Amino acid sequence: MMLIPCPWCGPRNETEFHYGGQAGVACPKDPYAASDAEWAAFLFFRDNPKGVFTERWMHRSGCRRWFDLRRDTATNEIHTGAHEDQERTVAV
Amino acid sequence: MSGPFRLAEGGRIDRDRPVAFRFDGRDLQGFAGDTLASALLAQGVHQVATGIRYGRPRGVLSAGAEEPNALVQIEKPFPEPMLTATTVELRDGLEASGLPGQGRLSPDPDPARYDAVHEHCDVLVVGAGPAGLSAALAAARSGARVVVADADTEFGGGLLGSGELLDHAPAMEWVERARAELARRAEVRLLPRTTVTGHYDANYLVAVEDRGPDAFTRQRTWHIRAHEVVLATGAHERPLVFADNDRPGTMLAGAARTYLHRYAVLPGRRAVVFTTDDGAYPAALDLSGAGVEIAAVVDARPEAPPFWAKRCAEQGIPVRTGHAVVGTDGGERVTGARLAAFDPDTGALGPEEHHDCDLLLVSGGWNPAVHLYSQARGPLAYDEAAGAFLPSGSVPGVHPAGAAAGLRTTAQCLSSGAVAGVQAASRLGLEATAAPRPETDPHPVPKGRPLWRVPDPDPEAPGRRQFVDLARDATVADVGKAVGAGLTSVEHIKRFTTIGTGHDQGRTSGTVSSGIIAGLLGADLSEVGTTTFRAPYSPVSFAALAGRERGDLYDPIRVTAMHDWHVAQGAPFENVGQWKRPWYYPQPGEDMEAAVLRECRAVRTGVGMQDVSTLGKIDVQGPDAAAFLDLVYTNMMSTLKLGRIRYGLMCTADGMVFDDGTVMRTGENRYLLSTTSGGAAGVLEHLEDWLQTEWTHLRVHLTSVTEQWATIALAGPRSREVLERACTGIDLDNADFPFMSWRNGTIAGRRARVCRISFSGELAFEINVPWWHGRQVWEALYAAGEPFGITPYGTETMHVLRAEKGFPIVGQDTDGTVTPQDLGMGWAVSKKKADFVGARSFSRPDNVRTDRKQLVGLIPAAGEGVLPEGTQIVEARVLPEPPVPMLGHVTSSYRSAALGTPFALALVKGGRDRIGQTVYGHVGDRLVPVEITDPVFYDKEGARRDG
Repeated sequence: MMLIPCPWCGPRNETEFHYGGQAGVACPKDPYAASDAEWAAFLFFRDNPKGVFTERWMHRSGCRRWFDLRRDTATNEIHTGAHEDQERTVAV
Repeated sequence: MSGPFRLAEGGRIDRDRPVAFRFDGRDLQGFAGDTLASALLAQGVHQVATGIRYGRPRGVLSAGAEEPNALVQIEKPFPEPMLTATTVELRDGLEASGLPGQGRLSPDPDPARYDAVHEHCDVLVVGAGPAGLSAALAAARSGARVVVADADTEFGGGLLGSGELLDHAPAMEWVERARAELARRAEVRLLPRTTVTGHYDANYLVAVEDRGPDAFTRQRTWHIRAHEVVLATGAHERPLVFADNDRPGTMLAGAARTYLHRYAVLPGRRAVVFTTDDGAYPAALDLSGAGVEIAAVVDARPEAPPFWAKRCAEQGIPVRTGHAVVGTDGGERVTGARLAAFDPDTGALGPEEHHDCDLLLVSGGWNPAVHLYSQARGPLAYDEAAGAFLPSGSVPGVHPAGAAAGLRTTAQCLSSGAVAGVQAASRLGLEATAAPRPETDPHPVPKGRPLWRVPDPDPEAPGRRQFVDLARDATVADVGKAVGAGLTSVEHIKRFTTIGTGHDQGRTSGTVSSGIIAGLLGADLSEVGTTTFRAPYSPVSFAALAGRERGDLYDPIRVTAMHDWHVAQGAPFENVGQWKRPWYYPQPGEDMEAAVLRECRAVRTGVGMQDVSTLGKIDVQGPDAAAFLDLVYTNMMSTLKLGRIRYGLMCTADGMVFDDGTVMRTGENRYLLSTTSGGAAGVLEHLEDWLQTEWTHLRVHLTSVTEQWATIALAGPRSREVLERACTGIDLDNADFPFMSWRNGTIAGRRARVCRISFSGELAFEINVPWWHGRQVWEALYAAGEPFGITPYGTETMHVLRAEKGFPIVGQDTDGTVTPQDLGMGWAVSKKKADFVGARSFSRPDNVRTDRKQLVGLIPAAGEGVLPEGTQIVEARVLPEPPVPMLGHVTSSYRSAALGTPFALALVKGGRDRIGQTVYGHVGDRLVPVEITDPVFYDKEGARRDG
């Protein structure tokens, strides 16, 4: 049971949260300018690293706010503190 | 006297409280404070169970939770399968029987109460032996909030059974002083009889407290979030592997010492002690002092420890160094041990000699109980000096201490516990100092030399009676077979041999099997490693984990304001998400089919009413509400006028239908959305996601109001007449109150928002009133409708009526792979809007394939019944060789009063171009001819919606 630091409510049990997958996957500003392959990459392709991963969480049973979290997927260690926003890289 | 092997005095049993119990049909007696195992041993009963594979007699090996052998089934006071006799507290009226390795679940429901407790603390100390108590004292004195959990009935850990002294007095006096001090402190909670079974992320631990059969709650599951955890879980003694090492009467040396000191029981009269570790000597000396004849201490090492050898000599105990026990004699009880000279370097055995004995004590060294540390992702490493796997590295906030950290003497355990307690407190920012440690017996630190296996003198079947895992009846020969088959990983060998998979999780066999594997592979034990430790540490009953979340409390049940009315009408209920919805309202003598046909007929020809309060409702407010709705619905919402309603379809970004419902404009910047009953929470989450993460510039607020509005559907050609009688303040005329609009009125004196929405194709109204008034308004409408024969109808009739109109239900006729175009609902997809969620995906190559599955109607051939939902549709009258190409499947299927025939909705490849064709439904072993039709079966021109 991870202890997840909600930026608004403080540390709470994992069961209060909803997982949202990889963070920083922006919806293309003009979807129609995206090729079919680029659009499919946005829809379906996500990184799946073993190690530190920046991901989206939503505090469903609390403030219902989405936020980003850096978590080590191998150890569930949560890295708090400032981090540079990572642009997503997906090979198309 | 409670048995011939009970000493006249001593022990921690209460001799004033004799306890009568029954084992394997025999009436026996013990004392309060006994375990089932100690009470049986006091009677001279060693064989408790039989082995799981070979049915060989099995006795009591240990005195605790590590017991692999003595499995019992408890019959009374309440049935419990597969407990270990060594951990069952003796109680009056206890009835138990030995098990052949496997228990039986009771067919009777468990009437006891179980509960859960959530606890937060600064320091959790697991284990209340010398290390745990020292840690708890140090932490508690610093002011920390401390929880101490220990599996045993009494605190003390190893001190309970060692008979040693602290500060020149019995050690249990120190234990009692420590316990009393902790109990006095307001911030300390003591949890005896509580086994910590799991150590999860971020110091979240789960423990099960056994409160006994007389308690209000039999067991409580503790969910503990601790800042710091001290793991003072002790260590388990290892048995030795030799031929016929499973005979009853074979016991761990430390366990025999515990039976003597804690329970005043002599486990035998004449003992052979076989050891490779100094730790067996005190047991031999204590038993000798209590009157057990020690035939020999057989030490596999070339030299005996001088400190202990001297004491043995003083007591006349022969010590045979450089020897090993190579086998045992006896049947249901060991009658003798066979010794041979043994060279641990070459493995060479000398000629055998026989020693009579009724007790064979073994000690192969000690395994620290590292289970929780390992569960918490703490790394383990093989320590050559300790001959065991020890915690290595570090886990923040986790402090192994005492025997669990590989320490051997009470003095070391006391010190390391105190250090752990101080460290935990200082990580919390508290000031702590360790109290002076009590004075201990001046014993040297015990040493050992691991001996994983004694060579088998039997050349016929080497290793076949040398048991490695007694719980699984796995032998050295089994390990040999696994290695011979080419397995080298300890994890693979575990699965091949099942070693370590028993109820005891291989506490006594794990390291031993790793040692044997390393020997067979010629590998280093540190490379072979151990298998992964997983929760739970010891078996936990499902009832304890479920707690109160069973029966009606298993999952929240949501009911509407009119629920009791439906119950009174005898309606069966359908589960929709957590909601209970009336399914149909049977009249006397009616089955479901008859009731649904009657209800359908009533709506098509007269008037019916349905409770539709469960539809999700979301209030959308804000200056950008209209722009927001344009982005999340496929159709245009910003053009909706105040007082009007529009049907809306919602897709996910991949263009698949996600939900549908209506959008009602209720104010200048305010809308009320309805969602499917099961989809409400998901829709709100979907909307919030986009709003918070993509369209942060939009000023919109979303509020779930599902449970603020009770909603009643009034449907049928006579619905207007019913409303005319019940409702004031609204001109119900078609011209003034057209389809897809809403008005405010009054029903039964209550303000009501009345909508003209139809899910049946008939003239229909949906009446929304504050939830509190739902029942009153429902009954008022029912009374107003009685002259017209108003008929309440349930979800089944609603499904039939909407299917006759070809209205899909999201989640029934769709499955997340269906686009609006597949449903034939391209009309609901705006061509004018620049973008909305899902729009770009409609032109993805996969979504413009012409062979996509499309929603169509099906009519089975005359005389055929209702097609089962899920029926696969195939092309040909005769099935070709598999794989058979599938055209699609039936999504909804009903009998229809209006059509006079069964009908269905289906998703069929290229279905719209196949209208008029006959295909086949695969039902059981038959192929049923079905005609593909338009999905709208009834009133195609929509003439009936205005009445």
